[in-house]
Amino acid sequence: MKIVCRCEDITEEDIIKTIDEYGCETLAELKQLLRLGMGHCQGRTCLILAAKILARKTGKSLDEIMPSFRPPVIPVEIGLIGGKDGE
Amino acid sequence: MESRTEVVIVGAGINGCALAYELAKRGKEVVVVEKNYIAYGATGRCGAGIRQQWATRENALLAKKSVEIFEKLSDELGYDIGLRQGGYLIAIHDEEGMEQAKKNVEMQKSIGLPVRIIYEDEIKEIAPILDPKGMEAIAATFCPTDGHANPFKTTYAYAMAAKKLGAKIYKFTEVKDIKVKDGKVEKVVTNRGEIETKYVVNAAGAWSKEIAKMVGIEMPNKPVRKEALVTEPLKRMFDCMVISFKHGIYFSQQEEGQILGGIPSPEEKVGYYMEPTFSFLKHMAYMLGKYAPPLKHVSILRQWTGFYDVTPDALPILGETSVEGFIQCNGFSGHGFMIAPMTAKLLAQLICGEKLEMPIDRLSMERFKGEITEERAVVG
Repeated sequence: MKIVCRCEDITEEDIIKTIDEYGCETLAELKQLLRLGMGHCQGRTCLILAAKILARKTGKSLDEIMPSFRPPVIPVEIGLIGGKDGE
Repeated sequence: MESRTEVVIVGAGINGCALAYELAKRGKEVVVVEKNYIAYGATGRCGAGIRQQWATRENALLAKKSVEIFEKLSDELGYDIGLRQGGYLIAIHDEEGMEQAKKNVEMQKSIGLPVRIIYEDEIKEIAPILDPKGMEAIAATFCPTDGHANPFKTTYAYAMAAKKLGAKIYKFTEVKDIKVKDGKVEKVVTNRGEIETKYVVNAAGAWSKEIAKMVGIEMPNKPVRKEALVTEPLKRMFDCMVISFKHGIYFSQQEEGQILGGIPSPEEKVGYYMEPTFSFLKHMAYMLGKYAPPLKHVSILRQWTGFYDVTPDALPILGETSVEGFIQCNGFSGHGFMIAPMTAKLLAQLICGEKLEMPIDRLSMERFKGEITEERAVVG
């Protein structure tokens, strides 16, 4: 068993099975179906690994399936952003 | 790709996929074309709340009948949709809000919804994390059968069930044109070939306006940018969705424990601009801190943007048009997910010439010629 996404506990087998079952062609679809890369680290390790699996399975080049990242860059506390009185 | 079919659905969001299922179940040949991937648009970016507490009877009925379908949907489709019914708690802030809430509750009760008005003690009991003072709430309405389903699981469940019944779903297939002959839909031109068809269903969400233009129909819909955020997962603290029409905020704790919510951004604009803004993040963080002070210590993991496909009265546009065979299934104005099961059923009944379970003629585009009754109970 090879763990790919540590935050969401997803293995290489899970990813391959999902690609086969749902015909996934993008990382976005794997995120939707598995929560891949949606945990605390925001996919900073696993998405590149998953992209390689996806490239191998679909025959696409890595450039075509590189992940996109959503802000913030690192997790940030609500109280820190929202301030005490909206400051 | 098929060169001919009975129904082409444009858009593989929740409504397109649910309709594909309902039609395939009735033996229709269906082809769904989607320019990106399943649930790329509003469906995959939404809060996926399921609310029956609406101000207009049309929306309340569509939502109530949808909940009845949602409750059996995992079994029917053979895939888990992640349904949780923890209720919706809608803050009431002042006397004016109370008047409106009383009217809404009366109408909602008349169609059989178990809605009630609750006060501070019960608000704290239902969701101990809330601070009624910070919320500036004098009371709330609560409907325990409202809830949430996983938008990805639900859409894929419909899509997979539709496929098993013979429907075809083509991803990364963009509609370039729709040919009309003698006032009737003739064929759909895509980047991957042409399909002759009797019906075209416009379920393209925020892009529906562009699809309608291809058959010469101008729609009043506007794509309105909406942002949302999600926190790290926490142990279960509350089960309900919390919303306010005055502040526009909505948030709930999801299946995996994360808090997900949104609020109108100070920079909210019409158009297809998709970059997230810091002003949204700041405003939402501030309001979350007021509504639920313990959340101040919780970290935000991600923010993103989606679109509401907004009509002048915030009610959907459904049904037939001046072009024969061109069917509208859009204009959901931020609540397309929660009414999709019933909407799909009704449009399938319409296309198959069956008796409709409830009338939808008031939801056609014709209504914009007269005076409109606006749905005011909108958040996000």
